[in-house]
Amino acid sequence: MENTYYNPADLKKFGNIAEWEPNLAAKFFDYYGDVFKEGDLTAREKSLIALAVAHTVQCPYCIDAYTQDSLEKGATEKGMMEAIHVAAAIRGGASLVHGVMMMNKAKKLSM
Amino acid sequence: MIKSLHARHHQLANQQRQIEILDNSIFKEGTLPTFKKKIDSAGYFPLTSTKLEVFQVNIGYMCNQTCKHCHVDAGPDRKEIMTRDTMAQCLDVLEKSKINTLDITGGAPEMNPDFRWFVSEAHARGVKEIIVRSNLTIITANPKYHDLPDFFKENSVRVVSSLPFYNAGKTDRQRGEGVFKDSIVGLQMLNKVGYGKEGSGLILDLVYNPVGAFLPGDQKQLERDFKNELREHFSIDFNSLFTITNIPISRFLDFLIESGNFEEYMEKLVNAFNPSAIAGVMCRNTISVDWLGNLYDCDFNQMLGLKTEAQAGQHISTFDLEKLENRKIVIGQHCFACTAGAGSGCQGATT
Repeated sequence: MENTYYNPADLKKFGNIAEWEPNLAAKFFDYYGDVFKEGDLTAREKSLIALAVAHTVQCPYCIDAYTQDSLEKGATEKGMMEAIHVAAAIRGGASLVHGVMMMNKAKKLSM
Repeated sequence: MIKSLHARHHQLANQQRQIEILDNSIFKEGTLPTFKKKIDSAGYFPLTSTKLEVFQVNIGYMCNQTCKHCHVDAGPDRKEIMTRDTMAQCLDVLEKSKINTLDITGGAPEMNPDFRWFVSEAHARGVKEIIVRSNLTIITANPKYHDLPDFFKENSVRVVSSLPFYNAGKTDRQRGEGVFKDSIVGLQMLNKVGYGKEGSGLILDLVYNPVGAFLPGDQKQLERDFKNELREHFSIDFNSLFTITNIPISRFLDFLIESGNFEEYMEKLVNAFNPSAIAGVMCRNTISVDWLGNLYDCDFNQMLGLKTEAQAGQHISTFDLEKLENRKIVIGQHCFACTAGAGSGCQGATT
C-alpha cells in the first residue's frame, strides 16, 4: 500500500474497477447514471441526499464529488450544511432511540 | 472596491502572458490534449465560421462594478470607450450586411456617453434585434440612469443581465458587496415597465455563471429554480436563464491560480469536452468588435488580443461580410470552456 489509504487522484480512476470485472461494472455504472437522473426528485435533491449519505458513510471520494456536484446543481452552502445535519440527526437519533431498548431492559432487570 | 488587473499592473493584465499560462501549463507537458487536437479528432479543425447572425459590439471596458470573475477586467478605472464615429461605422455595416442581431456589451455599456445615441440610431435604422448586456446595478447607480428601463422599452431592446445566484451571499461574493440588493431593485424596475412579463413582448433574460471553479448545472433546472425563488421572494419575473461557463482568462484566471484551482479546472473543462457542442459555438455566427473597431471571433478572443485571421479583415473600416463568413476561427485552450458539458455561449447552453 501507499503511505496513505486515500489519494484524491484515485477518484478519477473509479471507472477502472471495470478492468477486472467489466459486466458487473457496466451494470453498476448504468444503474448509477439512471439513479441520479431527474425523477420525482430533482437532480439537486438527489445530489443533496448523496452529500448527506457521503457524510454518513464518511467516504472522502463521495464528499469531494458531491460537494462539487451540489454546487453545480445550484445548491446553497446553507442547504448543503442542512443536508449534513439531516445525516447527523439520523445518526444521533439512531443511537438515542435505542435508549428505549436500554430502558426496557434495565426496567425489567431492576426491582 | 477592488481595482482592475490593468490598474494594478498585474501580470495577467498582459494578454500574451495569459496565453502563455494557458499554453504552457498542463497542455505543454502533454497531460491534457490541446483544443486543436480535440476538435481535430471530432472533424472540426480548422473551425470555420457560418452565416453571420450576431454583431457584438463592446463599447467600452468602463464599469461601475469590478466582479471577481470578469473576463473583460472591467471596472471604474478602465477608460477605454468607443467613440461615436466608430459606432457610426458599426451602424453602416449593420445596415449594409443585414445582420439580424446587434449585441451591445461592455463594461457597463450604459456608461459610454454615446450609448443612447447608438441604441436609438440602431432602432431607427431598423436593426431587427438589439441586445443590451446590462449589469442591473447601473440602473440604480445614479439618477441619470433611473429611466433606463423606459429607454430600453422605447427602443425595443432585449435586456440580458447577469445574476449569478438568487441569494445575496453568492452574488455579492462574485460581484461585490450590495450588488444583489441593487440588482433586485433593477429587476423590479424592469418588471414595472413590462420587461419579463408575459404578453409584453419585452424580453428580460438572466445570465448565470458559477460562483467558483465549477461548471454550470443543467440550464433548464437552474432556470426553474431561479424563477421559483425570484418570484416567491421578490415577485420578479424574467424570460430565460442562460448558463455560461466561466472562461479561464483575466480575473477568473487570476482567481483560479490564486485559489490553487487552475489545473483542476482546466482538467474539468477538457474532461467535459462535448463534441456535439462544437457545431453550435457562438464564434461561428458572431463577430466581436472592440472599442477601437478591431474585429475578433468572440469577446473572449478580444480580451486576449486575438484578432480575426488577417485575410478575413481585422477592422470595421474594412468589413467584408463574405470574407468574414468564410474565415477560420482563431482558437486557444480557453475555448474548452465553450465546449464543456452542454456547451456555453453568450446565449447560454448550446446543445
